[in-house]
Amino acid sequence: MDSKRTNELVAAAKEGDQRAFEELVRETYTDTYTLAYRLVGDEEDARDVVQETYLRVHKGLKKFRGDAQLSTWLHRITANCASTYLGRRSKHRHDQMADDFDVVDAEPQRDPVFQADLGDLRSDLVDALMKLPPKLRTVIVLRDIYDLPHEAIADELDISESAAKVRLHRARKRLRERLYPLGEEQAHAV
Amino acid sequence: MPSDHRSGAAGTESESTVPPLHDACETFSLQLAAVADGGSELDPDAASHFESCLRCQAELVQYKKLLRALASLRTQRLAADETLVQEILLALEPGGTVHRLQRITAGSKSRKAAYIGGIAAAATAGAAGAFVIASKLASRQRLAS
Repeated sequence: MDSKRTNELVAAAKEGDQRAFEELVRETYTDTYTLAYRLVGDEEDARDVVQETYLRVHKGLKKFRGDAQLSTWLHRITANCASTYLGRRSKHRHDQMADDFDVVDAEPQRDPVFQADLGDLRSDLVDALMKLPPKLRTVIVLRDIYDLPHEAIADELDISESAAKVRLHRARKRLRERLYPLGEEQAHAV
Repeated sequence: MPSDHRSGAAGTESESTVPPLHDACETFSLQLAAVADGGSELDPDAASHFESCLRCQAELVQYKKLLRALASLRTQRLAADETLVQEILLALEPGGTVHRLQRITAGSKSRKAAYIGGIAAAATAGAAGAFVIASKLASRQRLAS
């Protein structure tokens, strides 16, 4: 959806146009669900997080000034809802590992070499991401996939910016070690 | 030397403040993770070690590949069915919590089973309670008569 249309819908929804809000939901829910799933690692929990996210969006839409993109605002709210959800969930049960899920590439990269390089890595990467502890996974998903600034991540997770960075670097290190186990022989061969 | 993966020029740095070989790689590994996105730079000690350490150079390449792969996930969308939209919109209506319960009963098998199991347990407990009360009342009536 182009930004002009988005702005029109947001403006209309702010005025109480329920149809405009519904259209916003329809245009954004797949992206929101994808982020929620990546954060909580469970389909049903992700659906709960998405519902909670749109409840907050509905309540807070009048405060959305449009300084940031709608998608960024949505990502921040989703991150906050998921963080709250994970906090509650950790008190009740251990995190489950995700099995697999259907994915659709909304904007397939045009470079076939890039695609070929990434093909195998992507599935391993998704698997490795889901095996990260939620605290590390949340930060790396928000920063390295969704490009949220450190400050925003820290705000939404209610941690300091330096703590967010430390978690990010640890998460990257763990993923690298899992995806590229660099044995001694390999190290010398480089 | 098998255990030394640094290039020849590195030998001159062995007396510097750089920690011993493998400790140094490990010490600087998180720094490599931090600089891989170009947002910061290695500190002087790490930079000095990095220039002569093929292992760390390889690690940085891996971090950059990892970041590219992560960024590529941004365009992927997980398939979410249309019922999710209905759930969202219903939850926004007055009485949204009622719709949330409906969603639970229409959800995954495990949730549905848990929910139905809960209702069944409550119903059973209620019936048992009613039976006990009825029995007591009946016995009191018998005693009274």
